[in-house]
Amino acid sequence: MTKTVTDVVCPFCGTLCDDLEVVVSDDGKKLLEVYNACAIGAEKFLHSQAKDRITRPRMRQEDGSWKEISYDEAADYTARMLADAKKPLMYGWSSTNCEAQSVGSEIGEAVGAVMDNTATVCHGTSLIAVQDIGIPSCTLGEVKNRADRILFWGCNPAHAHPRHMSRYSIFPRGFFTGKGHTGRKVIVVDPRVTDTARVADVHLQIEQGHDYELLDALRVAFKGEQLPDVVAGIPKAKIYEVAETLKSGRFAIIFFGMGVTQSIGKNHNIDAAIAVTRDLNEYTKAAIMPMRGHYNVTGSGQVWGWQFGFPFAVDLSRGFARYNPGETTSNDLLRRDEVDAVFVLGSDPGAHFPFSSVRKIYDLPSVAVEPHETPTTEICKVHVPVAFVGVEVGGCAYRMDNVPIETRKVVDAPEGMMTDEEFLKSVLMRVREIKGV
Amino acid sequence: MAEFLIKNGFVFDPILGIKGDVADIAIKDGKIVETSAVTKPKIIDASGKTVMAGGVDIHAHVAGPKVNIGRNFRPEDKLFNCTPGHGIERMQGGFSVPTTIRTGYNYARMGYTTVMEAAMPPLYARHTHEEMRDTPILDQGAYPVFGNNWFVLEYLKNHEIENTAAYIAWLLRATKGYAVKVVNPGGTEAWAWGLNCDNVHDPVPYFDITPAQIIKGLIEANEYLGLPHSMHMHANNLGNPGNYTTTLDSFKLSEGIKPNSKFGRDQVMHHTHVQFHSYGGDSWANVESKAKEIMGYVNSHDNITIDMGQVTLDETTTMTADGPFEHHLTELNHLKWANADVELETGSGVVPYVYSPNIKVCAIQWCIGLELALLAKDPMRVFMTTDHPNAGPFIRYPRIMKWLMSQEAREQQIDAFKHKDKVVDATNLAGIDRELDLYEIAQMTRAGPAKSLGLAHMYGGLAPGLEADVAVFDFNPNESYVPDDIENAFSNARHLFKAGVQIISDHEIVSNGNKRTLWVNARVNENPQVMRDVKEKFLRYYTVTLNNYEVSGHYLPNPYVIEVDATQ
Amino acid sequence: MATIRVNLITGRTIQQGVSMEAGKEKPAYTAACGIIELDPADFKKLGVFRNTNVRVTSQYGSVIVKAVEATQGPHPGVAYIPMGPWANMIVNPNTYSTGMPTFKGTPVEVEVAKSEPVLGSLELVRKGCRGELA
Repeated sequence: MTKTVTDVVCPFCGTLCDDLEVVVSDDGKKLLEVYNACAIGAEKFLHSQAKDRITRPRMRQEDGSWKEISYDEAADYTARMLADAKKPLMYGWSSTNCEAQSVGSEIGEAVGAVMDNTATVCHGTSLIAVQDIGIPSCTLGEVKNRADRILFWGCNPAHAHPRHMSRYSIFPRGFFTGKGHTGRKVIVVDPRVTDTARVADVHLQIEQGHDYELLDALRVAFKGEQLPDVVAGIPKAKIYEVAETLKSGRFAIIFFGMGVTQSIGKNHNIDAAIAVTRDLNEYTKAAIMPMRGHYNVTGSGQVWGWQFGFPFAVDLSRGFARYNPGETTSNDLLRRDEVDAVFVLGSDPGAHFPFSSVRKIYDLPSVAVEPHETPTTEICKVHVPVAFVGVEVGGCAYRMDNVPIETRKVVDAPEGMMTDEEFLKSVLMRVREIKGV
Repeated sequence: MAEFLIKNGFVFDPILGIKGDVADIAIKDGKIVETSAVTKPKIIDASGKTVMAGGVDIHAHVAGPKVNIGRNFRPEDKLFNCTPGHGIERMQGGFSVPTTIRTGYNYARMGYTTVMEAAMPPLYARHTHEEMRDTPILDQGAYPVFGNNWFVLEYLKNHEIENTAAYIAWLLRATKGYAVKVVNPGGTEAWAWGLNCDNVHDPVPYFDITPAQIIKGLIEANEYLGLPHSMHMHANNLGNPGNYTTTLDSFKLSEGIKPNSKFGRDQVMHHTHVQFHSYGGDSWANVESKAKEIMGYVNSHDNITIDMGQVTLDETTTMTADGPFEHHLTELNHLKWANADVELETGSGVVPYVYSPNIKVCAIQWCIGLELALLAKDPMRVFMTTDHPNAGPFIRYPRIMKWLMSQEAREQQIDAFKHKDKVVDATNLAGIDRELDLYEIAQMTRAGPAKSLGLAHMYGGLAPGLEADVAVFDFNPNESYVPDDIENAFSNARHLFKAGVQIISDHEIVSNGNKRTLWVNARVNENPQVMRDVKEKFLRYYTVTLNNYEVSGHYLPNPYVIEVDATQ
Repeated sequence: MATIRVNLITGRTIQQGVSMEAGKEKPAYTAACGIIELDPADFKKLGVFRNTNVRVTSQYGSVIVKAVEATQGPHPGVAYIPMGPWANMIVNPNTYSTGMPTFKGTPVEVEVAKSEPVLGSLELVRKGCRGELA
């Protein structure tokens, strides 16, 4: 006999789909099938069942081989590393629940760490822009029920957020959008003819790295002022046309991604995109939303927000919270040799940081708390495998529109494995013993 | 639990009717008891000091999504004010939107022990509860917003009070909420299309209902259920010159409705931050105080309570579920603007604001708030708030006490206004010589709000049987003092007890207390239609499933459930 | 042999996502991310067949990946390596005081390297850290 668990929340991307159905064995130990998920989400659930999964902490030996250690030993090593360091970096926090993030904050306070999450290589520049200019936004249900103008700028949900278009943005029929996609105009701005661009009504194939100019050109076009013949590779007639399309909608939404946050201009690109949204509110209703990547990177920013007042790059090393992106951000710290130990949880900087930063991690005392085997675990001194959040343990996560949803446990973790939260609590206890507080 | 005897303090307590007489207060098992009931108490010497019940804040924005937007998008709010942890205190930061940890400690330092979060978007209830969980010491509850909720709009269009009540009961349970909050009824739904409802008769786009119908219907549904608190109201047309007529129109919707509650309150409407709703004139050039007209109404209608929304003349962060207002504000001051509309339920906006004494309008707003309190005939119905952080941060409450208690302090401030003459012309304050005493302050900050909340059986006084929430301040009312002594003493409690636990000892925070979250579990008769409507809306229009909507228990590690039986 | 200059961007693909969740140590991850997507016009300039290993070099580093035809083109002059350790050997790591490395828009040179292998992710990073890469 099998059991079907419904309303399962997918712990992959910021879309945070909560309508998955998962079939598990009667004893709740095996996960058999996954329904309603995208290919990536399904793989995430199924991979938890891998036979070759690492289930015990391990420490790198002199000769490069791994030696199995106990969770206690791993917690002790981690606590000592953090307590001994002058300025440890505690990075990641995006693929875990808010409960674990909270315990992490307490450790960070106790050892004077720099806390940074994956926004630092994702939407960190968006967060900076929001601090400059604010952000008129909404929940995804507002998009589903009202939006008739959908603009994807520098993002490719067909690949990165596979169910976004069907659940929220292009296809769903909502309260005021009974016609579904036929009632919507979809515009994509991207230097490639992405699979998202292929379903759009209009694709502006922008010259890579010229987003700021095109965004500014839209603001000019809204006001009916003169434009040069071509901006960022787009003829001006097209720009006027898109501006008119946006203005004539009842509810416009701009979704943006790494195409703008990681291209040159960075936060200034987002400033311009938000300014476009503000301007549109003079004519109609408009909102803008970052396409957040990890399923709970948003939650990490929320937890640190209410605990420290900053959404990423929080430097606690002076005893109080400081925030200065460019200085207290992971890649800058690593490249400038300003941290002396690295703790990673819920992320894979080994795969996703520029190599010059990866190499610095390799040279430092380092611990990776991570269910998978990854480039990060490959270069860290200690690897602590843990239960999959959202599969083997529940907990709170925040969707890309900041809506908190409680993820569910669907199967047991392999015998004897700890969760993020449990491991962090044991590290915190050890840190307190070492520090005598 | 430890026993305490707070000896020889000057006690101000509206519940016991003690107006500054020397008395002893005994604490046992978390409650106030007769002094004869303690056997080996720890003695707290309060001679020469003021003793009051713990403060009760009926309306503050201290936890939840828009508060956190304020924190995260204003790094400048933390500039030069982050403090390291020490003792049992954790790191803290923030001025107008402090971290949750600072929020708890700063309220405690002012002798406050109960704080209500004034607007919880239901879809974000988990977030609000997570923040409250991380706010030490204080007992808290949160008011889910109802005034733009699609269920409510649809039911009340046909005046379906029973269905509205059943939905309210369901949502209070799902979100672990405390009361029925209404913000710019209909206007925030209109804002989803970039529009607004400017007065109580301005119809809501598509839904074909007026704000007046929403307000009256929600009062009736609230009384149908007999909830502890009344409907809690932020009217249409906030912050605009000439809006006092809309406020009076909103007040009048409560006429003829009697409270139906076993929790001891007498009002059917609490109107919040009335300062923002008491403007005459028709432009910013001729805006003037209509506090007299507003208080004329409030003083003569005892089924209404209000709070001030006092401007404190600080740089602050405004935040409200009144989405169109925040857009209006960003167009006025051109500062950064965040907006967060919430599907089927509500919206909100956040904009920083500088209340400068050099700006005429800000000074007029400052006068109006104080006028409301000083014109109050019954301080049990007019409460001190700043609508934190909208009119100013809550840490200014002791400064507001100073202004209310000292005409000299008010005159000093009026003299410091750049446009003093114009401000005096547009307001009544300069002609008011009333000075409130500590007994009246205790009514406005303790007994009054506790009663209005339906929590007089727990908070707001020092009678035996009440929660042992007691504050001791370094203030001797019988010695001469300058106005600033008031502010200093009440900013920094000497001792504080919360539910019998000593939180502050000689000005030091010594315990994080046993924080509780209050919510109301209202039982109604089964209502298949409402449950069918709920299922349908989740299936078709929400982006979370019904089964993922309800806030589960562990978000409230220490819940305090108030049961209401509305099945009869 | 020809060398071409293109503008490199990185980002997600569905194959990158699926194979990442299936295990970054597995060959499927290398197949999904150890590639460079080139426009047919750029293939012509480079003068090689599809599925040839190439060396991609920037001011910041160098890596061997397999050249494949762009699936989301045409985008002549723009090359795409899915996000991952291969792309990260060569992207511009400068943050210009924003905290964000410049993952998109790195000028690179592509040259044929038929006989050189595309390393798996773990090996690539390990060897890179130990200074064992050519």
